[in-house]
Amino acid sequence: MSEPAIRTEGLRKVYRTGFLRRSFVGLHGLDLEIPRGEVFGFIGPNGSGKTTTQKLLMGLNFPTAGKGWLLGAPLGDREIMGRVGFLPERPYFYDYLTATEFLHFYGQLHGIDKGTRLRRIDELLPLVHMERARHVQLRKFSKGMLQRVGIAQALINEPDLVILDEPASGLDPMGRLLIRDIVRRLRSKGVTVFLSSHVLSDVEQVCDRVGIIVGGKLQQVGTVEELVGQTMSAVEVVVEGLVAAEDAAVDDGFPVSLHRTTPRGHHVFEAPDHDAARAVVREALARGAQLVSYLPRRETLEQYFMDEAASMEKQEREEAAR
Amino acid sequence: MKIQAIALNTFREAVRDKILYSLLFFAILMIGGSVLIADLTLGEYHKIIRDTGLAAISLFGLAIAIFVGIGLVYKEIERKTIYTIASKPVARWQFLVGKYFGLLATLATEVFIMAVAFFVTIKVMGGETNAALLPAIWLTFVEMAVVTALATLFGCFTSPMLSALFTVGLTLIGKMSQELLAIGQKSETELITVLAEVAYRVLPDLSRFNLRPQAAYGLEVEWEYVAYATGYGAAYSAALLVIAAIIFRFRDFK
Repeated sequence: MSEPAIRTEGLRKVYRTGFLRRSFVGLHGLDLEIPRGEVFGFIGPNGSGKTTTQKLLMGLNFPTAGKGWLLGAPLGDREIMGRVGFLPERPYFYDYLTATEFLHFYGQLHGIDKGTRLRRIDELLPLVHMERARHVQLRKFSKGMLQRVGIAQALINEPDLVILDEPASGLDPMGRLLIRDIVRRLRSKGVTVFLSSHVLSDVEQVCDRVGIIVGGKLQQVGTVEELVGQTMSAVEVVVEGLVAAEDAAVDDGFPVSLHRTTPRGHHVFEAPDHDAARAVVREALARGAQLVSYLPRRETLEQYFMDEAASMEKQEREEAAR
Repeated sequence: MKIQAIALNTFREAVRDKILYSLLFFAILMIGGSVLIADLTLGEYHKIIRDTGLAAISLFGLAIAIFVGIGLVYKEIERKTIYTIASKPVARWQFLVGKYFGLLATLATEVFIMAVAFFVTIKVMGGETNAALLPAIWLTFVEMAVVTALATLFGCFTSPMLSALFTVGLTLIGKMSQELLAIGQKSETELITVLAEVAYRVLPDLSRFNLRPQAAYGLEVEWEYVAYATGYGAAYSAALLVIAAIIFRFRDFK
């Protein structure tokens, strides 16, 4: 069996800050195992330890304690980085290089020969929709363009493992769609992707598993279904043509009260379960209204994350106060 | 290939940055302006042109070395460009050496342009060149290499402000190191003599790179001396880079 793409055992980072060198724990003993070929989403609020984890994995910072391995090699092994691609958060690159020079440079750092570099650049610039900017200096790029060219540099070496920190940052909806497509394409090639993102709907759509980190501690790991559950949170019933009886509210006689009215005059009810929803439909039809939609709603990762993060932070504060 | 790529990238970034051109412009202006200074002095007209021109090359060369050298590594960390480089199969010492040689290539280009402006000024004013001018300019460049290594070392672990302070301070001390040694030797307190001796051995002796008086007066320069001073500069710079690499090897990138 091949080694996991990423494995950490008790990975811990303590920062010393200020003149008095006060200690601040950025990461509390992280235990994580990500098998090859998986797309793993890493989510958490600002300052939760996401970037610290990635810096430790990439050898940019040194762990205070614990161990970790990338593709079977211990953290800090330079040779293994030839099989890893990395896009940091809010990347800055060399202003005066053109997109082509920039990719040649990173290809050279990987020791890739000129012919292969030229081939990869011709593949990557269209992939990130940047072929028109190939001879433009990076200082003239927008934030989104820098992000795109940054993704191209992370893939120049045809990596087995890609670590992306907030890749959708600064991108428009088309750009976000592009990132999701690239991640899916990498997965289809068996590449492992470690994706840190604040855009939870993107994580939900592309990740096989998700890890939630709060206060430097990994709180939950599982598939999106495992985390948010398959249970339905509500059923949304939308009807049109519903008219209130004289001197009565429009939802009088309904098992649930009216949730809202849309600008088009549709009435929206939120029933807690299917029985209540069916009763809403029956009552509406009996009054001559028409059913527009009947939508069972599942909890989203975003809702789950907001609830969990809030409760974990509260717990942390309470523990700190004790 | 990796060191070469980093050096070439550093060189390319530097020559495309317009700030360096403004410094170079003022340097050439001062070299040309040496004619005016020579006009104001009595006698030794051509000597003054040579003297002022060489001083301009040294002054502006060192300014560029310090100005760019202190930001060489710090800027990479501050702007986080280091993140994408240090996460490649590149050792940190390779990055440091590549950056250093990239800056040296930039400085060599600047010195070459200033030297051309200097020789053109001498020729236009009907002066004479002499065999000591080129060795003097070469050792000015070696001095810049040492100062750049100093700036690179400080840039690895302090802020640009402190780096500039330390580098300028050590450059000034380095230029007077033989005087400091002489003062120490004349002292009647043994401790001061020993301290001065130790300081002289540890700190860079930049006065060894000063052939400007010989070049200004057209005196003979021994090639053995030039080779020895070059060797000293190379060894001192290498030692500074080794220390910088050790510090850089273990630092976290915040």
